[in-house]
Parts: sequence; structure tokens; C-alpha cells
Amino acid sequence: MSRKLNLTLSIWRQDGPAANGRFETYQAKGIPDDASFLEMLDIVNEGLIEDGQLPIEFPHDCREGICGTCGVMINGRAHGQEKGTATCQLHMRKFNDGDTIVIEPWRAAAFPVIRDLVVDRSPLDRIVESGGYITAPTGSAPDANEIPVPKDVADSAMDAAACIGCGACVAACPNSAAQLFTSAKLWHLNALPQGQAERFRRTEAMVETMEQFFGSCTNHGECTEACPKEISQDFIAYMNRDYIKSKVANRRMAGRS
Amino acid sequence: MAAPAAARDSQPARSADRPIRAKGRQAPFPLSLYQTAVGKKWVMAVTGIMLLGFVLFHMFGNIKLYLGVIEHNGEPIYDIDLYAEGLRELLTPIFPRTWLLWLLRGGLIAAFVLHIHSAYSLTRMNAVANVAYQSKRDWLAANFASRSMRYTGIIVLAYLIFHLADLTWGWIPSTDWERGEVQANVVNSLSNPIVAIIYIVANVMLAVHIYHGVYSMFQSLGINNPNYNNVRRGLATALAIIILIGNVSFPIAVLTGIIDYDPSLLSG
Amino acid sequence: MLPDSHVPNGPMADKWDNHKFDIKLVNPANKRKFKIIVVGTGLAGASAAATFGELGYNVHAFTFHDSPRRAHSIAAQGGINAAKNYQNDGDSIYRLFYDTVKGGDYRSREANVYRLAQVSVNIIDQMTAQGVPFAREYGGLLDNRSFGGAQVSRTFYARGQTGQQLLLGAYQQMMRQVHEGKVTLHTQTEMVDLVVKEGRAVGIVCRDLITGEITSHSAHAVVLATGGYGNVFYLSTNAMACNVTAAWRAHRKGAYFANPCYTQIHPTCIPASDEFQSKLTLMSESLRNDGRIWVPRNPDETRRARDIPEAERYYYLEEKYPSFGNLVPRDVASRNAKTVVDQGLGVGPLKNGVYLDFADAIARDGRDKIEERYGNLFQMYDRITGEDPYSVPMRIYPATHYTMGGLWVDYNLMTTIPGCFSAGEANFSDHGANRLGASALMQGLADGYFVLPYTIGDYLAPLLGTDPVSIDDPAFIQVEADVQGQIQRFLSLGGTRSPEYFHRELGKIIWEHIGMARDRNGLEKAISEIRALRDEFWSDVRVLGTNESLNSSLEKAGRVADFFELGELMARDALDREESCGGHFRVESQTPEGEALRDDENFAHVSAWEWNGPDTPQTKHAEELTFEEVALTQRSYK
Ligand SMILES: Cc1cc2nc3c(=O)[nH]c(=O)nc-3n(C[C@H](O)[C@H](O)[C@H](O)COP(=O)(O)OP(=O)(O)OC[C@H]3O[C@@H](n4cnc5c(N)ncnc54)[C@H](O)[C@@H]3O)c2cc1C
Ligand code: HEM
Ligand code: HEM
Ligand code: SF4
Ligand code: F3S
Ligand code: FES
Repeated sequence: MSRKLNLTLSIWRQDGPAANGRFETYQAKGIPDDASFLEMLDIVNEGLIEDGQLPIEFPHDCREGICGTCGVMINGRAHGQEKGTATCQLHMRKFNDGDTIVIEPWRAAAFPVIRDLVVDRSPLDRIVESGGYITAPTGSAPDANEIPVPKDVADSAMDAAACIGCGACVAACPNSAAQLFTSAKLWHLNALPQGQAERFRRTEAMVETMEQFFGSCTNHGECTEACPKEISQDFIAYMNRDYIKSKVANRRMAGRS
Repeated sequence: MAAPAAARDSQPARSADRPIRAKGRQAPFPLSLYQTAVGKKWVMAVTGIMLLGFVLFHMFGNIKLYLGVIEHNGEPIYDIDLYAEGLRELLTPIFPRTWLLWLLRGGLIAAFVLHIHSAYSLTRMNAVANVAYQSKRDWLAANFASRSMRYTGIIVLAYLIFHLADLTWGWIPSTDWERGEVQANVVNSLSNPIVAIIYIVANVMLAVHIYHGVYSMFQSLGINNPNYNNVRRGLATALAIIILIGNVSFPIAVLTGIIDYDPSLLSG
Repeated sequence: MLPDSHVPNGPMADKWDNHKFDIKLVNPANKRKFKIIVVGTGLAGASAAATFGELGYNVHAFTFHDSPRRAHSIAAQGGINAAKNYQNDGDSIYRLFYDTVKGGDYRSREANVYRLAQVSVNIIDQMTAQGVPFAREYGGLLDNRSFGGAQVSRTFYARGQTGQQLLLGAYQQMMRQVHEGKVTLHTQTEMVDLVVKEGRAVGIVCRDLITGEITSHSAHAVVLATGGYGNVFYLSTNAMACNVTAAWRAHRKGAYFANPCYTQIHPTCIPASDEFQSKLTLMSESLRNDGRIWVPRNPDETRRARDIPEAERYYYLEEKYPSFGNLVPRDVASRNAKTVVDQGLGVGPLKNGVYLDFADAIARDGRDKIEERYGNLFQMYDRITGEDPYSVPMRIYPATHYTMGGLWVDYNLMTTIPGCFSAGEANFSDHGANRLGASALMQGLADGYFVLPYTIGDYLAPLLGTDPVSIDDPAFIQVEADVQGQIQRFLSLGGTRSPEYFHRELGKIIWEHIGMARDRNGLEKAISEIRALRDEFWSDVRVLGTNESLNSSLEKAGRVADFFELGELMARDALDREESCGGHFRVESQTPEGEALRDDENFAHVSAWEWNGPDTPQTKHAEELTFEEVALTQRSYK
């Protein structure tokens, strides 16, 4: 039978991007332990609205761990204590009656707080925009089986492509580096035969765009720990390798001098 | 409340329109590498390897402190002094005396400068990119070594300056420093417990720096292969321990008299 | 009067080619003179925006999400169909076409479905070229699986994340156009109304979800690719933010809404655990391949599942459908689950589920085999429910999953408002009364990649030389004022209950009366209950905060307001359609064995509803469906 939990929540409230934020304490009483973490916040919000207080804004959408919208710091860990789990998949049965839960938004200069727990992650889109694609205009594709892709390569690309773009890697990184996100996208495309033509141009463009917004990686490894898809840090090494190669080979200049 | 005027078709302002760093013009190779953080990190790793090589070499060289006095061309001489002289005379018939040493020193200085400059500029970059959490973080993978690189680095740098002043330039007045008299200089200096403690602390910090540095360097260089990734941590630990044991042993050995300096042995 | 559906003449297999030849083209050099608004950046929207950009059009893409990659297409798990016949098992364009028309229970337009099957092949080529990491065989060629009871293996998949990978492909392709400057992306910008001038769609009015700013955008054409309306049920497998607002606003501006009562209920979802439940999670249909579905025979059963002896278990699907057993189609499985739960035989704390039991499969194949097949699903179930499906049976119950109904469109995907197009789940086009597994992704991409880019030219070509209507035009000013008015009304209402509350209550009514089984009484009751609740909503909803900041209650209020009107139309449509077909089951129209009974005589048509104002019921227009290729038959799974 489901337990009921009484919790003390310490939640970051901030009225807008320019406002000063603060922690506020809420008592969440009688939370069923079958509830998900976000449903717990729903219940708190219903109570707040009833009392005429502004509900807590928090990011969420699919609630099944795939859209990458959700994500908050829970007791000092991005997406909470469950490994390989997005905030929306965290369930209250993992908490105990009487627990205090501290909830803070992602923090990074590139992720300004919009309100309460919601941050703006659009720089991640800028990274993809700068080169995170394979140029294949509609209609120009050869038959899908024309280019065989070794299963291991396809699987490895898929491992990297599983990234949901939640930004937890940035949030967890002491340097606010977006290396895991960027390298995952790069490896997805750089591993595949289809991605070879643009491999080095893509790597240069994405890395350099990343560096306009984010910090630099010192290999702390917090990112992989926080990542709901447990994306491997190996991809960061592959990215570094491709980046140096691209600079050394300097393909943009080849044949032009 | 007045209705806000309908905006034109522009893209609404989002944080993506406000990069924290501008993308500059690309410099010619190899400077272009050093313009970006990933490139700087690569430089750091390469210079880190050079420094590491120096530290190891230096440590092995210093083991001669234990060997005491030997016979050389019929003269008794402290092995370490002979070694120091040997360094100066490296490849002498080909190069003039100390040339090659200066060449090596030049490389070493360049490595230090680049290592430190890149460390400084990346640290600045990270400081701009990062916003501190207001609540306590719960670290899962980051360890003391990885989070304190810039501090252990600075301590090593400070130590290095002290160390050069002490043993290479002889600026510390109390130690009766004499050029070429390496064994004497070391023993004079390290027999002061305060100096010995400085050496011990600094070398512990160096070991901590290397413990993360060596692990990290593989990633920075893009050396990654699932077949041997698991040896990276072990290698880093081993190097850190070897350097720790080797370097810390010198001040302790001086304090306990295992390494000593006895001018009478030279005249005998 | 319903406009012509523009289905081309000629043999089925040539219609699309003939049509492409017949329609007008825009000269490549002139394309940049046209501006197109694409609302929605899911599979349909992103692929359309990307392709328009590549062709040279000026595109403005809008999404209320913070990134295009969050669109709900991301959640599709199973796969995408295509008539590639890579498995050499007899698949063909014709077979995919035939299966889709039959699966849709003969309520779709043959020509559209045929075209869908034709371009399905190009979609796989396109997505592969873009780097979608589809599953592969060791030889490096693409792998397929059979899905949703299809007789051939034509489903392409990328682990359990096919929708994610396809969406990322389309998103990346669109981001390339953003980079090229051909697509301007507006994120966190919700379209709140369509602007129509002199009978043509000329632009949209949006609310910036972060600043509250109301902005107008004008263009030569507007494409709505805004997804389905499953969230009218409150509990569904859709993401929390999915809504009908964009399509509904177009409906209110004159676009006919077709077949709103065709909703698909997926049989294998995790049942709700409490009132606070915010959404339901889909468990892949493949589980039914090995799991056995049962309930206790005794309604007062209190023993744990394992302790109930075989003789006291009711394997209702196996008993009723000996040949298909647990693998009957989605609608049949769902309806039977409802029947047993309504009989009080449900299991779980709320008695709102049925068992899906793997004990026999584990005994037969061993735990390892089962783990290999379903390991990640079992883990997901465990994570959500806290129960280990290896040792206790899963509990499942049907949930709303997909909506076949949507904006009425002609063969060119244009709605009844000239200049306003609709693609993806938002339109009604290809699935008839029931959608087959793995064909929604196919349809979204077909629309966006291979249909709209051609057909939109036919509309645009004659407009060459005209500028988009100025956003200072009274048409825009008026809509902006209306939008402001509604926002102010919400903020000043000062009621007592949250929009969430009203949504939940609305969902209960819809699920109860317009869910898996519908009858006249219930539907009439639904209409009056929805109206009463709607009135209460408009006098008692509480929206706190301001417009000038992120305000999810305010967003929600606007969406719920539209769900009320849609819910009522769904009831009306269901009431009007006095037959059972696909996802629409009228209790009054069933065979003696309790199966859905179509009435082809009277209902082989599309019901397209025309808006008449908030308090006057919509007018129905019927588009008769003719079947040249596929003979109408009664489905049977006995
Ligand atoms: C759990 C689940 C599993 C599924 N599995 C499969 C499967 O295996 N195979 C299959 O073929 N199909 C599957 N489907 C169905 C399929 O995923 C969807 O039908 C399809 O992806 C819809 O794509 P779309 O582009 O039409 O809409 P969506 O992807 O829903 O995109 C809608 C877009 O419109 C935007 N939008 C909406 N309203 C507005 C507005 N007012 N203003 C601005 N922007 C707006 C949104 O931001 C979003 O970008 C599944 C569905 C679900 C829920
Ligand atoms: C002999 C002395 C030194 C050695 C052997 C050494 C070695 C290394 C190595 C191997 C790395 C890893 C590089 C990488 O990850 O790519 C590193 C990183 C670093 N070093 Fe040093 N270093 C030394 C001195 C210094 C000094 C003097 C400073 C600063 C004042 C410093 C600051 C740093 C910093 C900040 C890093 C980055 C941390 C990280 O990547 O995690 N180091 N060092
Ligand atoms: C306990 C450990 C150490 C001892 C006993 C030691 C001893 C010495 C001695 C005796 C010299 C002088 C050699 C000469 O003048 O010919 C010297 C030089 C030097 N030491 Fe050390 N050292 C130690 C650790 C280190 C460490 C950790 C570093 C680096 C971070 C370092 C860097 C140097 C440098 C750069 C020089 C100058 C070399 C030159 O003249 O070219 N030492 N050291
Ligand atoms: S790499 Fe992991 S943590 Fe980072 S954005 Fe992707 S899924 Fe999130
Ligand atoms: S935590 Fe940060 S430092 Fe690198 S390894 Fe991960 S990005
Ligand atoms: S809400 Fe979509 S990943 Fe959590």
C-alpha cells in the first residue's frame, strides 16, 4: 500500500531573469509515495494556488524521460539521486518521510533563470545550428541500403544520439562545460559513414560555438554521472581528437595556396 | 495595462543571443589551436607531459643524493655534483658547454609558461561560464584532486620559485649556497625543518596535481580506446605515488641524516 | 459547402505523379519572395520548414517549446513503416496502402493513403542520409520488425527511441536552414490565433511565453503542424503541453474540423495510481507478444496475483478470441479491458487495471530471454510503479494515445481556409477511424518532406508579386485586441479553482462518455456536463500572476478553454456517427458478438464540422468516401 510522505521543501523562487532569487520553504504534506517527483510539485502548486500564491514554475513536458525539458538540482545533484534517470522519472518512493529536499534551477551563465526553476537553454540549439547536422537536402538521398553501416558503428552512434538535450551535463559540471552534449552530437554524426564529408568542418564549428557560451572541460566526470542517458565521457575524447585533427589538417585551406 | 505594441518579425531575444565570449578571427596555425579552449587544453596536456617528464627525470637524478661520494678521475666527489656538472657538459664536444642544458631549460620554461598561461586563461573562462549553486553540491565523480587543480598548480608554482631561489640562485641568505656544490646546498637547505616541511607539502600537492592531471591528459589529447581506458586511473595513481615517494623522501632523508654532507670526505 | 478535395483523376498509382505535374510551380528564383509560417516543429513541422528553406522560401517556424527538439514526436517508441520490402516478405506500396485503408476501418481517403505509401520509401532514404541511426543487421543493412500485428516486417526502428531519432534528424535539418538564414526560429512562442483577411490566411498572432508580448506575424501561407489533441482526455500518453489551441483557433476562423470523435486508445499503458496522476505512460505493444492478459474471476478477490489458482483466472482475450488471443488489435484489446474493469474485476489498489502476466513466458523461455526482449520496458515499469514485473504481473490499462481526427484538408493538405495548411497529427488525413502502429511518424514526415513542399507551390504561384499583409492591418490589430482581451479576462476573473482542476474534471467527463465505448445517453450527458463545466470555468477559474512573465497557469487556461469547445464537438460528432468504426465504438452498433459494426450505407464519409460561433453547434459537412481499390469488409479476429 502506498505510504504518505511529509516533506520539507526548500525551493528556489525567482520572479524573472533580472530579479533576485531566494530559497523558500514549503511543507508538502501527505504526498503519496507513488507520485513522481513532478507530481509532488503539482500537488504543492495546487495548494499554493488555493492559498492565492503563485505556483512554482518548473520545466517539464513528456514526463517519460525523453523530451529533455525537465531538470532541476535536487539536493545538490542534477536530476536527483537516481543514476540514469531524468527528474520526471524520479519517484517519491525513493524519499523518506520527514526528508528535506532542496530544489534549485540549473546554473550556468549560458542558462539564465527565466523564472523559479525554469532556465533558458537555447545555447544548446545554437551549437546544433552551427553544424550538428548532415547536409542532405530533401530528395537528394540515395537508397537507404546503399551505404552499409557496420552494426557496431550504428550502435555506437545511437548510444551518443540518445542524448535528450536536457542540459544536466552543463548543470552538473563545475565549469559549466557543455562538452558531453556537444561531443555526443558530434559522435553521433562523426561515427556514421554519412557524416564523414562534413566531419571536420562540423567539429570545428560546433566546438567553437560551444565555447562562445560554455566553460571548458577539465574532466571532472560529473556530467556522465548526472546524464539521464548515461552518455559516455569517451565521446569528449573523440571530440577533442577530431578537433585537433581538423585544426592540424586545416582542410579549409587545402589546395588553395 | 496598455497592450504592448506588436513586435516586428525579429527573433525574440533569448540567452543564445548573448554569448559570453565573442568568436574572434582565426589566427594562422598553430596559433589557431591556442585560440580555443579545446586547443588550449591540448597544449596544457602536452606541456603537462613535458613537465611530468622533467619531474620524473629530476627525481631520478636526485636519487644520486643517496649515493654519496664517489671516485671520479681519482678525485672524491659527491655523485650528485658530478651529475650536475655532467648536465652542463651534455654533448660538450658538439655544443659549447651548457648550451644543450639551456636548450632544455628553454623548453622547460616554455612548457611552464604555456601550461600556466593556458591554466590561467581557462580558469578565467570557466569563472565566467559558471554560476555558483546556492545550495550544497553533492559530488559524484569530481574528486579533491580534480577540483583543486588550479590551487595545487599555484602551490607548485610558488614552491618552484622558492625552490629555484633556494637551490639554483642561492638567494636564501641563511644557507651558505655555493654554485656547483649541490649536495652541500641541498643538505644545508633541507636540514632546516621549515624548509623541509615546505618541500614535503609542495610535493604532496604536486602528487595530487598529477593524480588528476595524468588521468585528464588522455581525454584532453583525445587518447581514448575502450580497450585500455581502464589503465588511465591506475597509471595516474602510480605516477603520483612514485613522484610522491621519491620527492618526499629527500627532505625526510636529510632530516634523518640518511643524506648528509661531510666536507671531510672530499678532502680525504 | 465543403470545398473540392482535389483528389486527382487517373489510376490510383498515377494520381500523385499526375498531380505533381499538373499543379503550378514557383520558379526557384521567385521562391525567396514568399514567406511561409510554419507553426509546430515536430516531425511534420520541422521537416516542412527544413524543406521549404532548402527550396528557397522564407520560413518562420514557431514552437511553444524551448527547443524544437522537445516536440512530442520525440516520445514515439515503436518505429516507422515503409514499403521498402527489404525483408523480401511480399511487402509493396500497394500492400501498405491496403493495410492502412483496412486498418483505418475504411474511413480514410484512398488517394491520400496511396500517396503516403508511395513516399514512405523516400522517407527512409532521407532519414538514413541524415544520419538517423536505425537498427542494423551485422551485414550493415537496415533491420526491420513486424509491428502492431502487420503480416510483413516493414517497421524501421532506432532502439525504443525511433521518434526521438527521427525528430532529431528533422530538427537538425531545420537547424541547418536556421544557420543558412532561410528559417527564422521562434521558440517559446505560442500561436494563439490565426489571422484571416478576405477569406485567406494571412498570418498568426502569438504570445511570447517568457515576456508575455503579443506579436503578429504575416506571411503568404500558414502551415499548422501542431500535433494531436489527445490531452482533451487530461490523462493520456501525450506530453503535458500538447494541446489543440492552434488547430482550434483555425477552426474558429473557418477551418473545418474533421472526425473529432476518432481517437485511439492504446491498450498497454500503466494505470493511473491516484487523483494526482498527471499523465499515463505507454508500454510498448510488443509486450502482448509474450504476456497473458487476465483478471480474477471473483470481483472480491483479495489474494495476491500469484496466489490465485489458474481456474479462478479469467483470460478474457484468449477465451473470446481463440485465434488472435492476446494479439487482437488495439481497439478490441482496449474495449475488452474496459468491459472487465467495469464489471468490477479490475486489479490493483484502485481496481483500474488488468494483469499482463509474464510468468508463463518466463517459465517457457527463461528469464534471460524475457529480459533480453523487454528488459528496458520492465525497468521502466519498475521505476514508475515500484513493482518488479519478473515476479508480479504487470498492471495495464488503456489510455488515449493518438487522435485521428483533425483539421479537414484537401489532397494538397490545405484546410478550408485558403492559405492555411495542416500537416502531421494535426490534420485528419490518412488514418481514417484507426491508426496502425508506426504510421504516424510516417505520415508526419510524408506531409512535411514530400507533400507540402510541392502542393504549397500551387497556392503560392498566383500570389507572385504580392506582399504579405502588413501587421498594422486592421485584421491583425483586431485579433491582437481579442487575444489581449482573453488574457485580461483570465487574469481578472479571480475565481477559486486552478485551470488544472478544470482540465482534470473535463477529462473525466470525456473519458467516461467519449472514451472507449459511447452511447447516445452518455454523449448527450457529456454535452450538457461539458457545457456546465465550461460555464463554471469561465466564471471560476483562478489565474494568478501577470501576463508579462512566464506563467504556466495562464498558458494552461487558454488551452483548457479550447479543450472545452473541442470536447463538446467530439461528443456531437460521436453522437452523429451512429455506427462503430475503428476507434469509435457506439454501443448501439455492434455485432451479436459485441464487435464494432460499421454502417457503410450511411457513414462512409468524413464529417467535417464548420464553426458557427461559441454558442451555436457546428454544422456538419460530409465528404463521401469512395473506394476504388479496396473492397469494404467487416473485420473479424475470432
Ligand atoms: C507515447 C507515444 C508513442 C508513439 N509511438 C509511435 C510509434 O511508435 N510510431 C508512430 O508512427 N507513431 C507513434 N506515436 C504517434 C506520433 O508520435 C505522433 O503522432 C507524431 O509524432 C505527431 O507529430 P507532429 O509533428 O504532427 O506533432 P508533434 O510532434 O506533437 O509537434 C507539435 C508541434 O507543434 C507545436 N505547437 C503546438 N501548438 C502550438 C501553438 N499553439 N503554437 C506554437 N507551436 C505549437 C509544438 O511545440 C510542437 O513543436 C506515438 C505517440 C505517443 C504519444
Ligand atoms: C611540474 C609541474 C606540473 C606538472 C607535472 C603538471 C602536470 C599537469 C598535467 C599532466 C595536467 C593535465 C592536463 C590535461 O588535462 O590536459 C595539468 C593540468 C593543469 N595544471 Fe599542471 N602541472 C604542473 C604545474 C602546474 C602549475 C605550476 C600550474 C599553475 C599555476 C598548473 C595548473 C594546472 C591546471 C589549472 C590544470 C588543469 C586542470 C585540469 O585539466 O583538470 N600546473 N597539469
Ligand atoms: C624534494 C624534491 C626536490 C629536490 C631535492 C630538488 C633538488 C634540486 C636541486 C638540488 C636543484 C639544483 C640543481 C643545480 O643547481 O644544478 C634543483 C633544480 C631545479 N629543480 Fe628541483 N628538486 C626537487 C623537486 C623539484 C620539483 C617538484 C620541481 C618542479 C616542479 C623542481 C624543479 C626544479 C627546477 C626547474 C630546477 C632548475 C633546473 C635547472 O637549473 O635547469 N624540483 N632541484
Ligand atoms: S549529454 Fe546527457 S545530460 Fe547532457 S544534455 Fe544530453 S542527455 Fe542531458
Ligand atoms: S563534468 Fe565538466 S569538466 Fe568535463 S568531464 Fe564533464 S564536462
Ligand atoms: S519531462 Fe520530458 S524528459 Fe523529463
